Amino acid sequence: MKALGSLALALALLGSAAQAADRTKLTIYTALENDQLGPVKASIERAVPEVEVVWVRDSTGVITARFLAEKENPRADLVIGLAASSLLMFEKLGLLAEYKPQGADALKAEFRDPKAPYTWTGMDAYLGVVCFNTAEASRDGIGTPARWSDLLAPGLKGKIVMPHPASSGTGYLMVAGWLQSMGEEKGWAFMDKLHENMAAYLHSGSAPCVQAARGERVAGLSLDMRGAAEKSKGAPIEVVVPQDGTGWDEEALAVVATTKNLALARKVADWGASKGANEVYAKSYAIVAYPGAASAPANYPANAEAGMIKNDLGWMAENRERILAEWSRRYESKAAAKK
Amino acid sequence: MSAATSESPRVAEGAPAIPLPVVLPRAVRRLSERAVATGLIALMGGLLVLIIALPLGALLIKSLEAPSGGLAGLDNFRTYFATPTLVEALTNSLTIAALCVMIVLPLAFGYAYALTRTAMWFKGLLLAAALLPIFAPSLLSGIALTYILGNQGLLRGLLMGHSVYGPIGIVVAECLYAFPHALIILITALSLSDGRLYEAAAAMGTSRLRTFATVTLPGARYGLVSAAFVVFTLVVTDFGIPKVIGGQYAVLATDAYRQVVGQQNFPMGAVVGLLMLVPAVIAFGVDRVIQRRQTSLLSARSVPYEPKPRRGRDQAFLAYAVLVAGVIVATYGVAVWASFIRYWPYNLALTLDHYDFGAADADGWSPYWNSLIMAASVAAIGTALVFCGAYLIEKLRTFAAGRMLAQFLAMLPLAVPGLVLGLGYVFFFNAPWNPLNVLYGTLVLLAINTLAHYYTVAHVTAATALKQIDPEFEAVSASLKVPFWQTFTRVSLPICLPTVLELAAYLFVNAMTTVSAVIFLYGADTKLASIAIVHMDEAGATASAAAMASVIMATALGARLILVLVNRGVVHRLQRWRRREA
Repeated sequence: MKALGSLALALALLGSAAQAADRTKLTIYTALENDQLGPVKASIERAVPEVEVVWVRDSTGVITARFLAEKENPRADLVIGLAASSLLMFEKLGLLAEYKPQGADALKAEFRDPKAPYTWTGMDAYLGVVCFNTAEASRDGIGTPARWSDLLAPGLKGKIVMPHPASSGTGYLMVAGWLQSMGEEKGWAFMDKLHENMAAYLHSGSAPCVQAARGERVAGLSLDMRGAAEKSKGAPIEVVVPQDGTGWDEEALAVVATTKNLALARKVADWGASKGANEVYAKSYAIVAYPGAASAPANYPANAEAGMIKNDLGWMAENRERILAEWSRRYESKAAAKK
Repeated sequence: MSAATSESPRVAEGAPAIPLPVVLPRAVRRLSERAVATGLIALMGGLLVLIIALPLGALLIKSLEAPSGGLAGLDNFRTYFATPTLVEALTNSLTIAALCVMIVLPLAFGYAYALTRTAMWFKGLLLAAALLPIFAPSLLSGIALTYILGNQGLLRGLLMGHSVYGPIGIVVAECLYAFPHALIILITALSLSDGRLYEAAAAMGTSRLRTFATVTLPGARYGLVSAAFVVFTLVVTDFGIPKVIGGQYAVLATDAYRQVVGQQNFPMGAVVGLLMLVPAVIAFGVDRVIQRRQTSLLSARSVPYEPKPRRGRDQAFLAYAVLVAGVIVATYGVAVWASFIRYWPYNLALTLDHYDFGAADADGWSPYWNSLIMAASVAAIGTALVFCGAYLIEKLRTFAAGRMLAQFLAMLPLAVPGLVLGLGYVFFFNAPWNPLNVLYGTLVLLAINTLAHYYTVAHVTAATALKQIDPEFEAVSASLKVPFWQTFTRVSLPICLPTVLELAAYLFVNAMTTVSAVIFLYGADTKLASIAIVHMDEAGATASAAAMASVIMATALGARLILVLVNRGVVHRLQRWRRREA
């Protein structure tokens, strides 16, 4: 009798525990912007009610480094909104689960993992732009650039900043963009001249635009979204996508191979490829994976999608070390000597 | 054990005539005191091994791996020294650090002298003002300087065309940041002194300059050397300032960041990190040499030195201190002011919007509360641990090897850049085989990591205070058969109470402001305010970053205010015995 009673009690306890655990916490590593986290979380939890999203957010470099540092004992269930170039690295190390979300075939081709095993799915694209401070430039009588070569004007000497390609994914996508669109030889020749005008290579993708927005510099090579955001805050800048095309990367999502909640993580991945999810991305990004889901955010450059070069993400990943070594050889040894 | 204790004394003392009951308890007590001492030192050493040595060991192993996995031996180090740009960062770091030592040390010494050896006015206020930089994340001095000396800065004319982005900015910002760290050590060194020496000097008609050169300076020697190394290594390992204001000037800390965060090259990041350990190892050696020569200044018969008013000197030092404090307060004041500006420099309207952190960061104010809990626990537990640890190392005479090891490990963290220590923690505390990996991502691990990161300065401060108490106290206690823990609670602790409170404040404040060590370690629910600052700064919300930093500064200042009140109340009463009755 007593035993039965305690058994009943135990069962009741188990039941309530199961109820409390109704919503499974999924840890998601992300480099999405802070203001996107709330809407994306709400959208996921509406689509997959069994899930409670727990974000770990940091900049692309830090999250990538952290994920790799934890690879012996991964802590994340999914990665959402991280550079595809980072996910390619994870894929190579076998850290991602093979899974193609339902409905992924409806996405634009460049937002799907092109190689088997299928592990990652693109969400949105971000591209390199020039944040150009017109208030400071007009004082110096410099016109707004339209092409990359306009940045070589002598009047801009020492007034341009860009992200350091070895520190920042944004810096690397620009360098890789020039090399792909101009060809390697001409690309390096262009950077040689650009280097003469460069004030500094900064260790963050956003910082160059922020500095240009504050008038610390005239031109900051940076991310499209950062440019639009600074302009919306009232900075006297033009966000320029050069006519001759600019490099880009995409944010993507993937299920982590070691997740203990595989079924739920897959459901979240399905959400990530849906039209509804893409509409959420489109609130902050002009170019998203789902055809026709785009809506341009305020102050976003109009010609952005047309300005995207034909970009080979696989080539970018494979040649990264070689390009960075060459970049360092050319510009870093001179960097300190240059005043 | 008990058999041995009852056996050996009888043999050793060879005095069977003495009645056993009298001998035995005393012998047992003496032996167990030794056992307790050895046990405590072992415990202390073990703890430091766990929170400092093992994570760094994990990192050392990393530095010997090839970037793509597998063993590389010393190849990474060879690559490092064969790459001119990397070596250049090394020389840059050393140059900047040496410059900062040369600037900060005399400034801080003068300031500490003014606070401890003159009768100038407003001492409490001036101390608080000088400590201001400690209350904010290092990166705030960089942010403040961009507002003041940047290309759109208020006083950019001062630089006469030179750019603040580079060595100039780094040196100025680092000096501001390192100043209070040196000051704390020098105040400790100067405030514990024997008034009788000065009375004797005065009685013999010794000139003031000669008294300064023969009494004051030698007494502060240990503090000066410690302060120099603290400044040097702080500057070498700081990462926030070069990141914000360093421009193109490469230093070791940004190199480590670039290797780890930019290129995910952990082995090379580990190599750079290990190179930064070199100053600490040197510091340890020098510390040992100086310590051998250091004689205690505060003997059992000492009387604390109390400066008598002397108008000219007091006014000159007041002017000096006000000048230095003015520069510090103005710099940080600009950063606070900037947090109320709508859009620098194009829209200078005042606003409170930047304090609505929810708009700039999804977590809103919650990182602040996390920081508060974490900092309070670090202060409470850390102070006890550091002070007791320093006592065990300085005052006990058993288990020399254990004390040496603990001393070495206590000196080590200062030289380890936060980012590198944080990485070591990831490799060690997140390893699948480590039973402690349940702590990963929790506030507990953040607190442990922060304590480890700031262990050295706290330890040096405690040790400096303890070193200046005459070992005679311990000798007398021992001969009176008073166990060391009673000497500790009745003599050392009360004498050092001001230092102990200083330690608590130091740990609290640094835990509020630390960034680089914890950036890999925080979990989904445990983001800290200081990390929120970095995120907001990176996202271009510089004003919000300055706002959060201002909130942190206000909190830390509040903590200091409480400390002042406690000092007024408890400490004043406890320290009264040291004064001479009028």
